[in-house]
Amino acid sequence: MNRDQLRILLPVVSLAVLLGAVFWLQPRAMSYLGLNLLFNLAVPIALATIAQMLIIMVNDLDLSIGTFVSFVACVTATLVQTDPVLGYLVLAAGIAGYAAMGALIHLRNLPAIVVTLGMSFVWGGLAVLILPSPGGASPEWLRSLMTVKPPLVPMAIVASVVIAVAAHLLVRRSAFGVVLRGVGGNAASVERAGWSVLKAKAAAYALAGFFGTLSGMALVGLTTAADANIALRYTLLSIAGVILGGGEFTGGRVSPVGAVIGALTLALAGSFLSFMRLSPDWQIGAQGAILILVLAVRLLVSRGRGRRVAA
Amino acid sequence: MISTTRLLGIAGLCAAVPFMGLADTSDKSIALSNNYAGNSWRQAMLESWQKVTAQAVEEGVVSAADAFTTAENQATEQAAQIQNMILQGYDAIVINSASPTALNGAVKEACDAGIVVVSFDGIVTEPCAWRIAVDFQEMGRQQVEYLASRLPEGGNLLEIRGLAGVFVDDEIHAGIAAGVQEHPDFKVAAAVNGDWAQDVAQKAVAGVLPSLPDIAGVVTQGGDGYGAAQAFAASGRDMPIIVMGNRHDEMEWWKQAHEENGYETVSLSIAPGVSTLAFWVAQQVLDGADVPKDLTVPFLKVTQEDLEEVLASTQAGGVANVEYTLDDAKAVISDAAQ
Repeated sequence: MNRDQLRILLPVVSLAVLLGAVFWLQPRAMSYLGLNLLFNLAVPIALATIAQMLIIMVNDLDLSIGTFVSFVACVTATLVQTDPVLGYLVLAAGIAGYAAMGALIHLRNLPAIVVTLGMSFVWGGLAVLILPSPGGASPEWLRSLMTVKPPLVPMAIVASVVIAVAAHLLVRRSAFGVVLRGVGGNAASVERAGWSVLKAKAAAYALAGFFGTLSGMALVGLTTAADANIALRYTLLSIAGVILGGGEFTGGRVSPVGAVIGALTLALAGSFLSFMRLSPDWQIGAQGAILILVLAVRLLVSRGRGRRVAA
Repeated sequence: MISTTRLLGIAGLCAAVPFMGLADTSDKSIALSNNYAGNSWRQAMLESWQKVTAQAVEEGVVSAADAFTTAENQATEQAAQIQNMILQGYDAIVINSASPTALNGAVKEACDAGIVVVSFDGIVTEPCAWRIAVDFQEMGRQQVEYLASRLPEGGNLLEIRGLAGVFVDDEIHAGIAAGVQEHPDFKVAAAVNGDWAQDVAQKAVAGVLPSLPDIAGVVTQGGDGYGAAQAFAASGRDMPIIVMGNRHDEMEWWKQAHEENGYETVSLSIAPGVSTLAFWVAQQVLDGADVPKDLTVPFLKVTQEDLEEVLASTQAGGVANVEYTLDDAKAVISDAAQ
């Protein structure tokens, strides 16, 4: 088994264990409708997690993804609905904003955490400007896309697989993806090999903005309306999802398939605790405990391997 | 003969059952989806739910009435919680929502699964759900109406508003403005933001008082009356009529002022026990009653006559509460049907 396969094994096992526990607690979940109800809200989380993964891949961290997704949701529920041309232009401008943010962070050598934290207030403010009080409506095609009932396999599962495969091809199988991961691994050598790190970083951020946009749109398709604070949780969920999925904070070592599985696992952890009838006072703590447990197992596994390699 | 009597007895019982509204829902379960439990109002709301539903379950009105609160006050989390409730097979879901719109998708899923959804306080806009809404405008208007009954010649008013930019603040303010229009002898001399907190209100009122003419009445939004009274007392001005908001400290101060100099006012707010009203409405819908989709929460009004009684039953630091009965719910439903 090579390193990449091992990296993906733990997230898969965690998801399987949790899914087994949920099925045991609530057999009704073991159905087409049940799986869709369990996982459909994980689809936008998975998209946001991929966005976060692209940023982590170039050694940065995005603290604005939650407010950005909220902003996109507000645009989608208002402008895209009433004035599609303007709406899509605003969404494109959002992606361009992400690219500019990446370029700025590289050019001025700024800490990404600080820049994205600042941008989170900008996105939040724009969201309130566009949609001062909760409301709006989902574009008709988006609503039907997110509630489509494909034969045999529910939408949530199909969408997760499509997201995972698309991100995998982009990051792990394309030449472009190799350069992006190289920027996270060793930017100097990428530069020396004749690639522009500036362009690569801007592209990574633009891609993150693109996936963030998809996340906001998917969310509106599910909720049918938006509010300016709708996705604030996604910032932390997406970081946890990337790490849970086998990614690391440095070195361009990320796994797109793992990130999607990590997002599904986090969504499932919430349902599991709810089915357990755990008091809400304990739920945040218990969610954290699940996260720490998985990471501890990962550390043990990688340590064990390190020792064997050394020996 | 005995068997005939018994049969008649059973027949009589069966005939009586639909009339009482019992038994029809005895195998139904109701869940409460709540988005926040971090203040005294929400704690009282959950306690009332627990108290009333535990008795209803014991009496066999419904089979279960479980309360769930999300760990974080976030719409996406509450949407997931509601989808979990669908899976758990509840027949009705009662919601105090984190957002009027962001849960609509999950609410629609529940309706499509044949589940009755009743939202209250934090209502949802999805048309398939029932709404038990607070008429905040009326709350503002009634304050001016009361002042007009006490001060027929009118006078200057001080308005204490809530947190700027929040829907509730705009609504109560609009109601007060409408009330002042109805009673043109009143004039709002100044408005300050008290953020529904006594300390903030006290500071804001103290800051604006030196620049104001004589104030005859203070219109409030709840949680700010005691702070306003403290600011007026410190300034040495005559105490105006301050409309209170059912908080314990406000009523305590009111009672003392009444004992000292016969001070009278009125106090109104929404009782946290409105969760139990929503429970009974959900039970009525499950029972097959014809319930209009939009209902209005009655205010809990405290007057001079029942001040002592209400104060005695209110916890220190809490807010006046009342638990609703099935009959209260039926009254609210028939009011809305007219």
